[in-house]
Amino acid sequence: MITDTIAAIATGLTNAGISIIRISGNNAFEVIEKIFKTGPAGKNGYIKTNEVRANSVVYGYITDGEELIDECLVLVFKAPNSYTRENVIEIQCHGGVFVTKRVLETVLKNGARTAEPGEFTKRAFLNGRIDLTKAEAVINLINAKNEYAVRNSVRQLGGITYKAICEIREQIITDTAFIEAALDDPEHISIDGFTDVLKEHTENEISRLERLIASSANGRIMVEGINTCIVGKPNAGKSTLLNSIVGVERAIVTDIEGTTRDTLIETVSFGGITLNITDTAGIRETEDVIEKIGVEKSMEAISNADLILFILDGSKKIDENDITVYQAIKDKKVIIIINKEDIDNIIDISVLDTDFPVINMSARTGSGLDRLEKIIREEFYNGDIMINDEVCITSMRHAECMKNAKASLEMVLESVSAGMSEDFFTIDLLNAYTSLGYIIGEETEEDLINKIFKDFCMGK
Amino acid sequence: MEDKKLFLAGEYDACVIGAGHAGCEAALALARLSLKTICFMVSTDSIAMMPCNPNIGGTSKGHLVKEIDALGGEMGKNIDKTYIQSKMLNTSKGPAVHSLRAQADKQKYSNSMRKVMENTDNLTLKQAEVCEICYEDDEKGRFVTGVITASGAIYKSRAVVLCSGVYLNARCIFGEVSEYTGPNGLPRATHLTDSLIKMGIEMYRFKTGTPARIDKRTIDFSKLEPQYGDEVVTPFSFTNKEEDIRREQCLCFLGYTNEKTHEIIRENIDRSPLFSGNIKGTGPRYCPSIEDKVIKFADKERHQFFVEPEGDYTNEMYLSGLSSSLPEEVQIKMYRSIKGLENAQIIRNAYAIEYDCINPCQLKESLECKTIRGFFSAGQANGSSGYEEAAAQGIMAGINAAMFLLGKEPLILDRSDGYIGVLIDDLVTKETHEPYRMMTSRAEYRLLLRQDNADLRLTEYGHRVGLVDDDRYDAFLNKKELIEKEIIRLNETSVGASRRVNDILEKIGTTPIRTGTSLAELIRRPELNYDMIAELDENRQDIPKEVSEQVEIEIKYEGYIERQRQQVEHFKKLENRKIPADINYDLIDSLRLEARQKLGKIRPESVGQASRISGVSPADISVLLVYLEANKNR
Repeated sequence: MITDTIAAIATGLTNAGISIIRISGNNAFEVIEKIFKTGPAGKNGYIKTNEVRANSVVYGYITDGEELIDECLVLVFKAPNSYTRENVIEIQCHGGVFVTKRVLETVLKNGARTAEPGEFTKRAFLNGRIDLTKAEAVINLINAKNEYAVRNSVRQLGGITYKAICEIREQIITDTAFIEAALDDPEHISIDGFTDVLKEHTENEISRLERLIASSANGRIMVEGINTCIVGKPNAGKSTLLNSIVGVERAIVTDIEGTTRDTLIETVSFGGITLNITDTAGIRETEDVIEKIGVEKSMEAISNADLILFILDGSKKIDENDITVYQAIKDKKVIIIINKEDIDNIIDISVLDTDFPVINMSARTGSGLDRLEKIIREEFYNGDIMINDEVCITSMRHAECMKNAKASLEMVLESVSAGMSEDFFTIDLLNAYTSLGYIIGEETEEDLINKIFKDFCMGK
Repeated sequence: MEDKKLFLAGEYDACVIGAGHAGCEAALALARLSLKTICFMVSTDSIAMMPCNPNIGGTSKGHLVKEIDALGGEMGKNIDKTYIQSKMLNTSKGPAVHSLRAQADKQKYSNSMRKVMENTDNLTLKQAEVCEICYEDDEKGRFVTGVITASGAIYKSRAVVLCSGVYLNARCIFGEVSEYTGPNGLPRATHLTDSLIKMGIEMYRFKTGTPARIDKRTIDFSKLEPQYGDEVVTPFSFTNKEEDIRREQCLCFLGYTNEKTHEIIRENIDRSPLFSGNIKGTGPRYCPSIEDKVIKFADKERHQFFVEPEGDYTNEMYLSGLSSSLPEEVQIKMYRSIKGLENAQIIRNAYAIEYDCINPCQLKESLECKTIRGFFSAGQANGSSGYEEAAAQGIMAGINAAMFLLGKEPLILDRSDGYIGVLIDDLVTKETHEPYRMMTSRAEYRLLLRQDNADLRLTEYGHRVGLVDDDRYDAFLNKKELIEKEIIRLNETSVGASRRVNDILEKIGTTPIRTGTSLAELIRRPELNYDMIAELDENRQDIPKEVSEQVEIEIKYEGYIERQRQQVEHFKKLENRKIPADINYDLIDSLRLEARQKLGKIRPESVGQASRISGVSPADISVLLVYLEANKNR
């Protein structure tokens, strides 16, 4: 129920220096008044929130009856000037799993309930504190795994997506309104020459949307990471490469062919870029049941990958196995790594007749890693201009809505060139307007709210 | 009222107050549904009077008339009997904006309707001013029990339909002169407003205007452009065939104001009651007086107007587009500054009329009052303007008063069912403070709500409530079937890319085909239509023109129609999310204050309707949806 008082640990359950417990709702102040005594050792008695200035910090102790639980600071936010627009209390207590949990339990005992995932942000949205794109931006900020994503999420929180969508929508509705006005009062408002104007506006809107949509693929990659597969014939050095990138002994590396039975997925920050790396079992025909499972899983991982790192053993010639693997991956984005440069370089890469970038390195010594990083960066972030100057849409939902809007606008252009009379244009103009409205929460789909909030997987 | 002796004069199922365009449709609907009905009017000579423009229909209004006819109403039939010129407008544009308009002989129109009213079973006419509506309260709330007239006669009834038009406390004004009369100098009604207020109804005061009437003999028609009617006339009523209503048509004339006209208006603008503040009521933005237009479109060098005959019986010519409330001497100067009207003699002065009407947000979508059972309201009494808008509400109020009396569910048309749905939803949801006029831009689903398919959309409802008889309904079903069959046939019949076919295609002015193509595909080409490809369609049967027209539109605009249908589906989702009648908006904290106030005041019946209330934002709708979801099972 919306009027419940909810509480949660905002900082996650780890042994950090400080933990923050946040309480929001009608009874937030009643709750804290029952458990927080101000002053050293709480000697000044229970806090009276009406005597506290809003947005101020109070020193004291969380207590459970007579027992002192933790020395802490309490921040008082009076509705509507808080994150959720309700009364909000933030308790900054000492980090440490045990104490944090104890404080939370005390809060829950005294009139609050555990917040559901995303519930604080949901209330912020429902109370009009943040619009839909900002709400999603907050979640992305929390989940951001690298610096690019952090930068982007902050910009989205500032409403840059909102602004871009609003501008496009404004133009669409202005054009629509003009057509409608001309239909009502043709004597005073002339439609002559308007189709050329409409064509120009619509073409602009389409190309703007195209740029935004294109950056959404980059957007996902930036926030969620590049899905990367390391493939190669058995013992080409895949696991060694993985260990080298990750920096820790993670995969089981043995000299016997076919040891990596399971597919490991490791998320690494590699020079500021996030890679979700899957080490695949050596791809080869095999009778070994366990190996076979590994191979199938590998094929699956390959099809989901954004990037394939194809490792070749530079100290041997290219053989059947290499070619089998290459055939399986050549339709994806591939970087070819000729490994073991510390041993020898016999391989003749021209056998593959490939256009993919090729680098020489040694996974064991680490030489060439910097070259690998540079190529990955070029492959994915050479549209750097686009990312820095445009808005990146990090959510699939946004991209979907924009694609629909773009399709509708394309139909408008079709209608114009087919010489349809202007009252047909408004059908698709309004569809585009509505699709874009879903992004910024100006249109409500019946189930939209629940759709979005069930995707939130972290309570805040 | 206290010193009048009251006596019981009769007992009826329903009382209809007023016999204008709303009153007639309401009374006829009730009577035809076998309910004992009495209809009151200040004068039996003014039944279905046309006090303003002498025409029925026009852009978006023509749609209303067709829909009224499809439901079994009278207006369409009446204008078909009495028109003197008929024209389909906007034929150069898409079918969604084609609009039918007919000039009427005003006297014939009124007499013809009067005859129908006088000869309908179950319907009694009474010339009397209704002064009071009687009501009682019980545990369920307030309900009406009848009316009392000026002579103290009490008429008991369980339903009352208010169709008082522009008569309540009417005042006619031009310049500094004001006369306390109804339209056309008829007596006004002076007591009913007080009664309505006593009953708990909130009242508004609106104004509307009408232009001068000029003596035909004093107009120089050679200086004006003649406007002809259609050679092939489209009937308004689906029960009429073109050949049955064919007749000689009269001419209308097009003229223009000029800078001199505008100067005269500007010099005297302070003598215009609207600008001088003499008229308190709010006027219609979309039916502006000529002074409104001159001030608003200040850089326009000329404004068009039409000279329209009012009927065979008179020389009075109506000046459409030149309504005014300027003083008489200014009117004379102004009209005479116009080319063609230099010697114009005004027979009736232009004037503005102020009148009381109710705030329609007090009504449900059925047009029944939210707080008073059995009390319905329709027409200009609801703050609309125009005969067609009035008649549309009239038939709906009449049908729903009947449904109420028979204990049945009301008939509700929503925004995707017809212009009538748009009209009623706008009136009861959007708080406007000026007279509401139907316009093309108000309908979102124009392509589906065409005037040519009104029967396909609404005859079913007319039959269901009982106003459309079985014969007519069967004919309609037949038409529907023919249309569906022909569309299927055209989609399934192909022509091959033979020499013969391509020769024909070239002959009719289109590109040849390379592979087998269905006939429907050909019709879809912008340069072709159903008739043009006849030569290629060997198996074509003869079908009536009204069927082939529908077939052609459905095929040609299939893509657009489909996309609009999807828009309607989406619209219906929120329309079908009903809001419980007893919801307490004060319990929903997360609503913004303004939204909470508006929702509490208007009390919408669905989330869809709530979303159209001004002051309710999409965020508020989200809150409402979440609240309804959370409380679904309580």
